[in-house]
Amino acid sequence: MTTTRPLHQAFMDAAVRCPEHTAVLEPGGASISYRELDQLSDRLRDRLTALGVAPGDRIGFYLRKSIDGIAAMYGILKSGAAYVPVDPGAPAARNAYIMHNCAVKVALVEAGFEERFRAELAALGAKPHLIVVPQVGGGVGLSAALDGEPSALRVRTALPGSHSLAYILYTSGSTGKPKGVMLSHENAVSFVDWCSEVFQPTHEDRFSSHAPFHFDLSILDIHVSLKHGATLVLVSEDAGKDPERLAQLIANEKISVWYSAPSILSLLAQFGGLPRYDFSRLRMVLFAGEVFPVKHLRTLTELWPHPRYFNLYGPTETNVCTFYEVKLPVPPERTAPYPIGVVCSHLAGRVVDENGAPVSAGSEGELCITGRGVMQGYWSLPEQTARGFFTDADGSQWYRTGDIVIEEPAGNYIYRGRRDRMVKRRGYRVELGEIEAGLYQHTAVKEAAVVALPDEESGVRIIAFLSTKEGQRMSLIEMKKFCSERLPLYMIPDKFSWHDALPKTSTDKIDYQRLKEMG
Amino acid sequence: MNAQVKGAVKEFILKEFLPGEDPANLTDDLPLITTGILDSIATLKLVLHLEERYGITLEAHEADKEHLDTLDKIVALVSSKIK
Repeated sequence: MTTTRPLHQAFMDAAVRCPEHTAVLEPGGASISYRELDQLSDRLRDRLTALGVAPGDRIGFYLRKSIDGIAAMYGILKSGAAYVPVDPGAPAARNAYIMHNCAVKVALVEAGFEERFRAELAALGAKPHLIVVPQVGGGVGLSAALDGEPSALRVRTALPGSHSLAYILYTSGSTGKPKGVMLSHENAVSFVDWCSEVFQPTHEDRFSSHAPFHFDLSILDIHVSLKHGATLVLVSEDAGKDPERLAQLIANEKISVWYSAPSILSLLAQFGGLPRYDFSRLRMVLFAGEVFPVKHLRTLTELWPHPRYFNLYGPTETNVCTFYEVKLPVPPERTAPYPIGVVCSHLAGRVVDENGAPVSAGSEGELCITGRGVMQGYWSLPEQTARGFFTDADGSQWYRTGDIVIEEPAGNYIYRGRRDRMVKRRGYRVELGEIEAGLYQHTAVKEAAVVALPDEESGVRIIAFLSTKEGQRMSLIEMKKFCSERLPLYMIPDKFSWHDALPKTSTDKIDYQRLKEMG
Repeated sequence: MNAQVKGAVKEFILKEFLPGEDPANLTDDLPLITTGILDSIATLKLVLHLEERYGITLEAHEADKEHLDTLDKIVALVSSKIK
């Protein structure tokens, strides 16, 4: 069975069912009803259509977390185009690269980012039409940006086919440039429908929106919440990192479904002051993106004993593809991380060896996924797309996750590690090669090699080993500043280690094993 | 007063988060959070240290880059709280 309903249809249906219900709320600030959000997104749809946007186009947005951002997302979808969100905290050069790479026709940009963004776009020779949003918050900025602009008459909401692109999310790329994961309406809707089946949301739920728009966790928060007529509570970037503010926010805003990477839940358990607040409305805690250290999970579940806990697993290419419900209490003697669980019902999984042949039960292998949730490919990277899949005898396309798993006797998959150089940090994918490419931009750097080591406190520590042309040693401050102008914050190494030359293997390649021992 | 606070905060940041760094590089207006010098755990440690050392309480909304991104901002915040 294929899904023909476009991603924005469920929100539009909810707007008819419960027009006056609060759709989105900015804590301490504004809120917007389903009716108002529907109308604001219609205005953007009309504006985009007047600009000649048609199904198949890509529209970028460079906006901080806000009602304006949610309205922009639905306005873009209603025009039939795909949305391309970028990280407002990332360097403007990276965001301009992304928008240029997928040739966005129009980009919405917050005024505070406009000047640098324009300069970076100009340097690339990119000329998308820019809609400048004065300042986001409450939808007021987007509304002001659309005031007085010509819009098309009698525009109808586009109902793109199930295989049309809904959004492109850029993730870290091993070649040094981010790569765009293309997800269709069917990919997204099949995942959203699976969430409905498992989490049983209702219009009384209040979903947290902790993940930024460019992070795939946001798909669940936003589209599941707004499908069911629930209220989506936006967590700003600053509040999102601060455990004490977050604890207050979850209690005061009566969040019932929380979803984030485990790293912030670890901080909440340790520093959130949780016993001071009432969390009786919290019924479900979902986490994904990295391994949750059992020590911190145990502390959290002792402080929050009532909600159900789900470990969700999946790369951006499939969104969540396996899930596991953690049974409480977490035994005091347990140290092993919980399994990633079983494959979601809209997908199928198999574990294969290096040649793509299924492994025997209980053996390690690479987890591969097929089904309606699996991406269409990487934007404009046919070779990487081809490498990402294999085709089996009956013609099914299987996505190779790159994650090594083992199936335990009870049928749950256990995550064992990666087959390549990708690591997860604060839930984000980090290709160590992309950090190396960033470091090589430093004029003094001769060799750059980056390794990741496990760390009990932060999950993973990233160490850069460097040699320079004339033996210079740059200060930690200089290197942090240099990296912050080129890489997102979560990719900046924790430590820089300087050497006359980096150790080599017998084939004269950088000896990463040796570097890990040195780290 | 401000100079004393600045000296002490600078010493703490150098010792805890920038071991081996030339103190001259840690200028008053150097961004600390937006360059990743202070990550979220380091920011929490800094807040705990400031509260303990100066007997002050930082409000939850003050533990962010608007208030703590540079030495100047940190000193202004701490000074505003010391009676």
